[in-house]
Amino acid sequence: MDAKMISIIGAAIAVSIGSIGPALAEGRSVAAALDAIARQPEAGGTISRTLFVGLAMIETMAIYCLVIALLLLFANPLV
Amino acid sequence: MTMPASPLVSAVVFRVGPIAVTQPVVTTWVIMVTLTAGAWAATRRVALNPGRRQVVLELLVTGIIDQIEDIVRKDGRPLLPLLGTLFIFLLAANLSGLLPGVAPPTGKLETPAALALTVFLAVHYFGIRARGLKGYLASFARPKLIMLPLNLLSQVTRTFSLMVRLFGNVMSGEFLIGLVLSLAGLLVPIPLMALELLVGIVQAYIFSVLATVFIGAAANQDEAGSDRAGRLAGGPSQV
Repeated sequence: MDAKMISIIGAAIAVSIGSIGPALAEGRSVAAALDAIARQPEAGGTISRTLFVGLAMIETMAIYCLVIALLLLFANPLV
Repeated sequence: MTMPASPLVSAVVFRVGPIAVTQPVVTTWVIMVTLTAGAWAATRRVALNPGRRQVVLELLVTGIIDQIEDIVRKDGRPLLPLLGTLFIFLLAANLSGLLPGVAPPTGKLETPAALALTVFLAVHYFGIRARGLKGYLASFARPKLIMLPLNLLSQVTRTFSLMVRLFGNVMSGEFLIGLVLSLAGLLVPIPLMALELLVGIVQAYIFSVLATVFIGAAANQDEAGSDRAGRLAGGPSQV
């Protein structure tokens, strides 16, 4: 197993494990936002705007993992 | 199946002496010229009694001012030139990928890096202008002197995360479309492109909002210690 194969496996692991946390977090935040909108429909606009910003911030964690995976695949200093 | 080209290198279009001019630079300059010409043409005949075009323009400008003032909670006009331009440029740059043959310049690392660096410098500029050099430097040691290294570190990490967030989101969409296109035929990537439209708008909005939050936190006397999460989650009218 050479460095190239290991880095491909590393990229796959980075994306697969790294997307679990953001997936759970996004699910929780959308559920909470739906709950809030159901309770108070008149605040829906503000809640969904805040939700979008929050979702994008959570999503950033998964994007970091993707960037690490791409670095491993395309700009690996070890290969 | 062919692998899409590496997202970390850009194609060189032409060279000016020793300087290689790459594809994102050309796209950026075309967007800059278009936006500048559009802004010049739109504000050429500004009347007290606005026509249709001027109403749209005023709606855009006052809308951006309102958003800024919602976040910094004081007069948003000094911040408008930087943040408004940032938002409109990001919107144009993120959505330029929808034009055939154009790759969004924000999908390469250099453009987000330059924009994040601009925000980084603007934070210090507005901070020093609002509180004086001494007061601004003292704000790094708040609430306690022991927080100094963490405050300095957070200046670097949030600039870095601003850069990687924009780059990663735009690049991953572009990369995904390229990958799907190489797997399946002509019309399959269209839903993904619609998703990219949404992501581009949301990311432009988020970059501008975070830049506003950072600048507002540096310039506000009383709320210097509050971080962005506290401000974003603080009240219903903040974001």
